[in-house]
Amino acid sequence: MSIQTAATAAEPTIQAKAGATTTRAHRHEARSGILMVAPAVVLLLVFFFIPVVLCFLLAFTNARLISPTPAHLTGLDNFTRLFRDPVFWASLRNTFYFAVVVVPLQSGFALLLALLINVRMRGTNFFRTMYFIPVVTSIVVVSILWRFMYQPHGLINSILQTASFNVVQGTDWLNNTASAMPAIMFMSIWQAVGFHMVIWLSGLQTIPEERYEAAELDGANTWEKFRYVTWPGLRATRTFILVTITIAALSLFAQINVMTDGGPLNSTTTMVYQAVRTGYRQQETAYASAISLIFFALVLAVSLVQRYLTRDKD
Amino acid sequence: MAIDTTAAAPAVTSAHGRPRHETGWRRAGGYAGRLVLVVFFAFPIVFMFVSSLKPDDQIFGDISSIKAFLPVGHVSLDNYATVFDTVPAGRFLLNSIGLSVVTVALGLFVNSVAAFALSRMRWKGSGIVLAAIIATLVVPFETFALPLVWWVNKLPWLTVRGGVPLWEFGWLDTYRVQFVPFIANAFAIYLFYSYFQSIPKDLDEAARVDGAGWFRIYRSVVMPLSGPAIATVSILTFLPAWNQYLWPLMVIQSEQLRPVMVGVSYFFQLKVQWGAMMAYSTLITIPVLVLFLCFQRAFIGSIAASGVKG
Repeated sequence: MSIQTAATAAEPTIQAKAGATTTRAHRHEARSGILMVAPAVVLLLVFFFIPVVLCFLLAFTNARLISPTPAHLTGLDNFTRLFRDPVFWASLRNTFYFAVVVVPLQSGFALLLALLINVRMRGTNFFRTMYFIPVVTSIVVVSILWRFMYQPHGLINSILQTASFNVVQGTDWLNNTASAMPAIMFMSIWQAVGFHMVIWLSGLQTIPEERYEAAELDGANTWEKFRYVTWPGLRATRTFILVTITIAALSLFAQINVMTDGGPLNSTTTMVYQAVRTGYRQQETAYASAISLIFFALVLAVSLVQRYLTRDKD
Repeated sequence: MAIDTTAAAPAVTSAHGRPRHETGWRRAGGYAGRLVLVVFFAFPIVFMFVSSLKPDDQIFGDISSIKAFLPVGHVSLDNYATVFDTVPAGRFLLNSIGLSVVTVALGLFVNSVAAFALSRMRWKGSGIVLAAIIATLVVPFETFALPLVWWVNKLPWLTVRGGVPLWEFGWLDTYRVQFVPFIANAFAIYLFYSYFQSIPKDLDEAARVDGAGWFRIYRSVVMPLSGPAIATVSILTFLPAWNQYLWPLMVIQSEQLRPVMVGVSYFFQLKVQWGAMMAYSTLITIPVLVLFLCFQRAFIGSIAASGVKG
């Protein structure tokens, strides 16, 4: 690996010392190195690698969280049951629906905010701080708050009525199969957009000022400068933002658990919510592992496809 | 307001793609647009604070006017009293503070020491370990959370019963299950690693000539130079620790062990008391919000640093 060779080459002074001392020093260095990395490696093994492997294994058994009899292999039973379960298909559909709407809207809105902040004017720091406040508010608190505001006689409907001079009457947002998911999408974008605004912003700052000056000399207008300077300059940031927003969107859980419990009529249930419901509330660890496995495959596939589509073309 | 008096951080402002001489009207329009967005992001939070001070009937009475956002009428702290009557809120807050502090402190040590060994020391297999740690970043916690519940229920723990050490099994419903799995953090290791790479290696060479051991170099040479990395990792591990919800929901049964976010379920039983609920939400939001407003530049910098992951 390139990182290691670089480190090896960087220490010529030690090699200069006498042979015996060098071997002993090397052995000591290796021993200390392993000792220092050990706590993190052991913790990651126990709380990351083993559970990930377990997810693959348990999905093919009938393990329950608390069971008097030991688990045994059941082959593909969990998966056949899963594919016959209409609620699972609903959760898959809803997860996709959420991701397909939220990913482009949130990344686009975040980029717009980043462009608004990335200018030389007084108060940008204040604006940036204010746009960022929902990000530091817990998603659980945000979900409670919006559940309150989405009430039939709540703040959202009252704002809609006032703003439209009583033309729009609003609805019972979270108790309506057509509006529940869009309501959750809107709230989720409101909460997380500031996070991705900051990441876009750090990408914008890597674009050298000279390129804009050159474009200006060529008579480029604002749109052309965005199209030919900003957009190509954001390629690496774009990949990162797409991957993180997509994975976060696919992992939708807290909003559902606080606001709708998957309802009305399973119109907002998601994959992670289903996994938690079966695995924790019904204690069917194996069945939940099967759902998690499919979720894992989905996340992996999406990030691979996005990395491929947004890869460096040169 | 303290935040907007200072000019923006140099790293964050540059005048890309803006005409140099804006007319007064254009500038006013620019400010107006940005202020509308401030209202868009702030109004729910203001509504939450204000509603937490009002009785339920007045919250709904004020809702169709601007009064919904103003602390007027029967303003009192009654809702906060209700919160402490219905929920062991003090206990939950203490739990969350304790768990967050322990997760951040232990995490800082374990992850920086590991990153030091990976960045500074030569030993067989360090390249593979680093690659394996970075590979874990693509797997979200939600994918293995359920098998992890099953797994921690089987883990051993050494206890002492009547002077005799004894192995017990099962980590469910304890404090340790709420922080031990989150101490080692691949992303924190990665951030420390890339920061350490930027510190010149001549510095530890000099220290070693003076006879300093490896741990000494870590403690007195590298860590004192790593303030920004320490701030970034602290913030990026504190926020999820404070916001823990899915995990404690699954592994904690006892009321006295619960963290703040799980406490919200108390308010959804029987009749929903919205005023009290807004008071509880305010209580558990304020600590983070105050930290954010005090260290907002570090907060935003740490999020920007997380973008280098791509």
